[in-house]
Formats: sequence, structure tokens, C-alpha cells
Amino acid sequence: MDVTDLRTVFHTQDGVVHAVNGISFHLEEGELLSVVGESGSGKSVTMMSLLKLLPIPPAEIASGTVMFDGKDLLQMELEELREIRGGKIGFIFQDPMTSLNPVFNVGFQIMEPLKEHLGLSKKEARKRAIELLELVGIPGAADRLDDFPHQFSGGMRQRVMIAIALACDPQILIADEPTTALDVTIQAQILELIKDLRKKLGMAIVWITHDLGVAAGISDRIVVMYGGFVVEHAKVDDLYKRPLHPYTRALLATLPSEDGGEERLKSIRGTPPNLGAAPTSCPFAPRCEHAFDRCHKENPALERIEGVHDVACWWDVEKEAPRHAS
Amino acid sequence: MLNYTLRRLLFAIPTLIVISFIIFAILALAPSDPTGNLPLTIPAEVREKIRIALGLGEPLPIRYLKWLQQFFINEPLHAIEQMFGFSFGGGEARTRVVSFATRGPVMDTIMERMPQTLWVVGLSYVVGILIAVPIGVISAYKQYSWFDQVGTFVSMVGFSVPTFFTGPLLIVIFSVQLGWFPSVYDTTLEVNSLGTFWQQIKQMIMPVTVLAFYNAAQISRFMRASMLDNLSQDYVRTARAKGMSEKVVILTHVLRNSLIPVVTVIALGIPTIFSGAIITEQIFRVNGLGQLLIIGIQGADIPMVQTLTFMFAVLIVLFNLIADIVYGLLDPRIRYD
Ligand SMILES: Nc1ncnc2c1ncn2[C@@H]1O[C@H](COP(=O)(O)OP(=O)(O)O)[C@@H](O)[C@H]1O
Ligand SMILES: [Mg+2]
Repeated sequence: MDVTDLRTVFHTQDGVVHAVNGISFHLEEGELLSVVGESGSGKSVTMMSLLKLLPIPPAEIASGTVMFDGKDLLQMELEELREIRGGKIGFIFQDPMTSLNPVFNVGFQIMEPLKEHLGLSKKEARKRAIELLELVGIPGAADRLDDFPHQFSGGMRQRVMIAIALACDPQILIADEPTTALDVTIQAQILELIKDLRKKLGMAIVWITHDLGVAAGISDRIVVMYGGFVVEHAKVDDLYKRPLHPYTRALLATLPSEDGGEERLKSIRGTPPNLGAAPTSCPFAPRCEHAFDRCHKENPALERIEGVHDVACWWDVEKEAPRHAS
Repeated sequence: MLNYTLRRLLFAIPTLIVISFIIFAILALAPSDPTGNLPLTIPAEVREKIRIALGLGEPLPIRYLKWLQQFFINEPLHAIEQMFGFSFGGGEARTRVVSFATRGPVMDTIMERMPQTLWVVGLSYVVGILIAVPIGVISAYKQYSWFDQVGTFVSMVGFSVPTFFTGPLLIVIFSVQLGWFPSVYDTTLEVNSLGTFWQQIKQMIMPVTVLAFYNAAQISRFMRASMLDNLSQDYVRTARAKGMSEKVVILTHVLRNSLIPVVTVIALGIPTIFSGAIITEQIFRVNGLGQLLIIGIQGADIPMVQTLTFMFAVLIVLFNLIADIVYGLLDPRIRYD
């Protein structure tokens, strides 16, 4: 999948909110790409824009292409797009408590896409639904099909969501902070499950998180987002060894160090940017310790530094000097 | 669920007894006089005799206990006897609730009037629901569209303009000016041919329209609000992310959830079918229960008013219970244990 120059804005009563400002990334088959950023940095809006899952209006996808299997998802008719949704691309959302329909049993909710996309009969769909629940590690799968979402715990509900997303053997799984709403121990279990499923099924995964620590453990590549922009993109090892954007460095600094939890966690000072206007300067500049006059005048574009390592910053943190003579 | 229902029914008994006493006391204390409509020439002693003959000579508690016995024991026994055609014996000694005005059993009159009310008011309720649900669904799905704007305006008119305005308005237009429909509902009409059937429809159209409009206005607003609540829920996004069609998303996922509170409101509104349409029945001269109640009040026919009012109370208590049970059936998260 190839995403180019995606822009999404919201038309609200208080004006236009520029949530996603020209994002590009690509996803290879079977690869795990993490998208990291503070909350409000536009991660969810980006992902939902891909499949037009945002309410339009107030949302508007102002520009961009999302190439998948040789076709642009953004130009597709809804009927065609529906075959991709749930069929080729599965989605897991942040809050398992509200993401399932409370009045239908989970069996019905898992069987729906099976009948829709694979044309399975009721009996076949039921059989497959049991397999799926077993696959995501729900004990007593056959008996739980007729249970309602409220009869499951949060972690179990998220497993049900995963089962739904994987029902039709998608090529891509998009997981939007699937563990954020869960207890730490449950988070770890879900993470293990995803790693395990990836090994078994081999689909590509876009893993969205605000936690660089989690991303480190599972990803091949990482995209760091800030204020609706990609500010850094690198292979996971490169990003940890050689973070080039001050924001990435700040995020890394907020992680507990490996050798002991004694020192207090640092948090990034300042607040996330106001998205009320299309930015004309670097969105991170007000919070950046390296910001100099150019940062307040021009917004840096993403540029390739080496191999697969891109950064959008006027300052070279390694040389402690501006990256370009201006 | 069964346990819960039985428990609620048991609790309903003391509630209803208290209600019946309050109704009885209010009516007994009201300064109304069943002889008030008699000619002024009738002397006071004769009036007093009439009152005593009606049973008003006895003290209030005795009258109340008598009514209790008549309503809760004698009337049901009589109804069973009528229905199955056998006799419990002692039928002669069992007095029924008797109207001051007609001197006939109150229940017989009520049963006579019931069909008119059920046909006109009941039908208008059904029509109202059938109109309201789709309008509410479309208004919510296309929020702020012209359909929604017009719907909002019309339903605001619908529940802010009283039926005693829309009723005469329709009469003026369709009966007086155009002469399409009769302005008086003829209860003696027997439907036995296509012609009389058409006549029946013509005389029902206006009262049903007035009431259906009023009901639809309220229910469609409620339906719309409930749909809007649900349309913004996360599970709707999940259904779309699964690739379900808009039809399935709206008519299966959202509608099923949105109907839960609406069905409850509809169930709670059913008792008003029996009592509510008093004004409309007056306007179109439908001699149903509403009209019976008004005439009973005017003539100080205390047994009639007492019985009707209490029956409405029973219906309200009953449909409250039914609404709760229906809620429990529709929403799997509710468990009554
Ligand atoms: N429906 C909406 N209306 C207006 N603004 C929105 C809406 N949804 C999201 N936004 C804005 O888009 C920005 C990005 O949100 P989001 O993608 O949810 O962030 P993240 O997922 O990274 O936490 C936020 O600043 C938010 O205010
Ligand atoms: Mg988010």
C-alpha cells in the first residue's frame, strides 16, 4: 500500500481543523509498520481516511492517493471500497468496550463479514467464527459465540475485535492503539497475540501507538507523527540508535530506561500544536529546544538522510548546527 | 424474568388499592350532585330520597368497600359467567357497579364504547408509529438535510398545535368547504357492503389523521434523537470497517439499538389510547370512552367516572410493567434478577 500526500481537514463551527497535513508512507507485504505520536497528532484520522471511515462531513479528505492493489482507494465507489473494508484490510479500534454492538451476540458480529465478503452460508460462517475465536485465544470458543459483548472482559472483547478484523484473511491489519484502553498485563497478552498471529498469517500490520517502547518490540519500521505531519521515518534500529528529530528524541527520553526505573520519567514540555490553521512554520518549533529563526518561518519537508531514514527538521542534532545553509 | 414479573405484579396490588381509594375519596369529596341536572321544580326531599336510593346515604368507607367488592369480585365473576355461560350461583345477590345516570351496569356501557375508541384512537396510534419511525430514521441519517428540516418543522407544529385546533380546522376545510368527509362520526353505521365500508373509512379519516399527526410528531422526534445518539457510537464505525452496506449499518445495527428506548415510550403511551383522545372524540362526536368519561363527569355519574378512571390507572401500571419487560427483552445488558 502506498499513501501519498494525504490531507484531511475537519470543517467545524470554530473553523477548519487541519488534522492530517500531507502524509506519505508505504507499507510492504507482511511488514509491521508502527505509527507513533502523542495523542492528537493525527494517527487515527490518517488511518480512518485511508478507508474513508470518517464522517464526511465534517471531515474532508482534501488531497492524496492511497494506492492498494493498483487502485486508489480514495477514488473508489463506496460499493467497491466496501469489499476492501473488512475483506482486504481489517481494522481494530482503541476502545473494545464501545466498538462492539451491545445488542448482537459476538457470533453474529464475527459472521457478518464472513457472509458479506466470502459468501459463506450460516453454517460455514459459524464454523469459521469458532475457529477465529480459538485463533485469538478465547477459551471455550464454541460456547461463547452466543454471548453478548458485555459478557466479555475488556481484553477478551479486544480479542473478539481482532477475530472480526482477521475474519476474511486480510492482507493488511490496521490496529489503532488496540492496547491503550487495557490493563498493562492484558496489553502484554494482546501484544503477544498479535506477534503470534503475524507469524501464523503473515499479513502486513500498521500498529498505531503513542508508546515508542511498545513499537520498539514489534516493528520493522517506525513512522513518527507530530501535528499531522510525518516528522521522522526509519527502520526500528536506526530510529533508536540515531534519532534525528528533536521530537523523536524527546519521545525516547520519556521512556523508562532499561537499567532501572529509579529516575523520574521526563515528559515533553509544552502542549501539542493548535491545528486551526495550515502550518507555515515547523509545528514542533514552539516546544523545541533547538528551534532557531528558520524553524519559525518555514516548515521543513521530509528529506532522506540515508538508506530508509527520513527526517523533517532544519536542525542537525548530530552536528548541532543547521542542516542546510540558508 | 418470570420472577421479576410476578414480583412487580404483587407490588402493583397495593399501589392500585391506594390509587382506587384516592380516586374514590376525591370523587366523594367533590361538590358534585347526581341530582343537579334534574329540573328545579323537584323538591329537596325528593332529591334526598333519590340520593339515598343511589346509595349515597351510607358513610364513605362503607361505600368504598362496596365498590371494591363490586369491582374486584362481582364484576370479574359476572364477566366469567357471561363468557363461559355457566353460573357460580348467587348471581342475584351480587350487585354490579351501576351508573347513576343510566341505572345500568357501568361495565356494559364501557364495553359498548370500547370498540369505537380502539378503532379510532388505536388506529391513529398505529398509523402514527408507522409514519414516525421511518421519518425519524431518515431525519437522523440525513441530519440537517432539507428532509430533516421540513420534518423538524412539521413535527414541531404537530405537537405544539393542540388537537382542538387541528380537528375543527380539518372539519372546516374538508367537511364544510369541500364536503368530502362527514364531520360527525356515526357509530350506528354497520359495515356490511363496500359502500358502507367506504363510508366508515371516510368518517374515520379526519379523527385518525388528527391524532396520528400528533402521535407521529412526538414519536418521530424521539426516534430521531435516539438514532442520532447511536449513529455516533463506535460500533457503527466498526460495522462500516467490516464492509457492511449502509443499509445493514443503519437498519440492522443502528436501528436495533435506537428502537429500544422508542419501543419503551410507545408501550408507555398505549394507556393514553384509552384515555387520551378525550378532546378529539368530543370534536368528531365519536362516542368512545373519552366521551363517556366527559358525560359521566358532567352528570356527576360517580360510579362511571370512578370505574373509568381506575381502569386507566390499571392500564398505566400494567403498561409500565410491560415497558420494563420489553426493555429487558430488547437489551441483552439488562437482567432482572
Ligand atoms: N470529528 C472531528 N472533528 C473535529 N476535529 C477532529 C475530529 N476528529 C479528530 N479531530 C482532530 O484531529 C486531530 C487528530 O486526531 P486523532 O487522529 O484522533 O489523533 P491521534 O489518533 O493521534 O490521537 C485532533 O487534534 C482532533 O482535534
Ligand atoms: Mg487515536
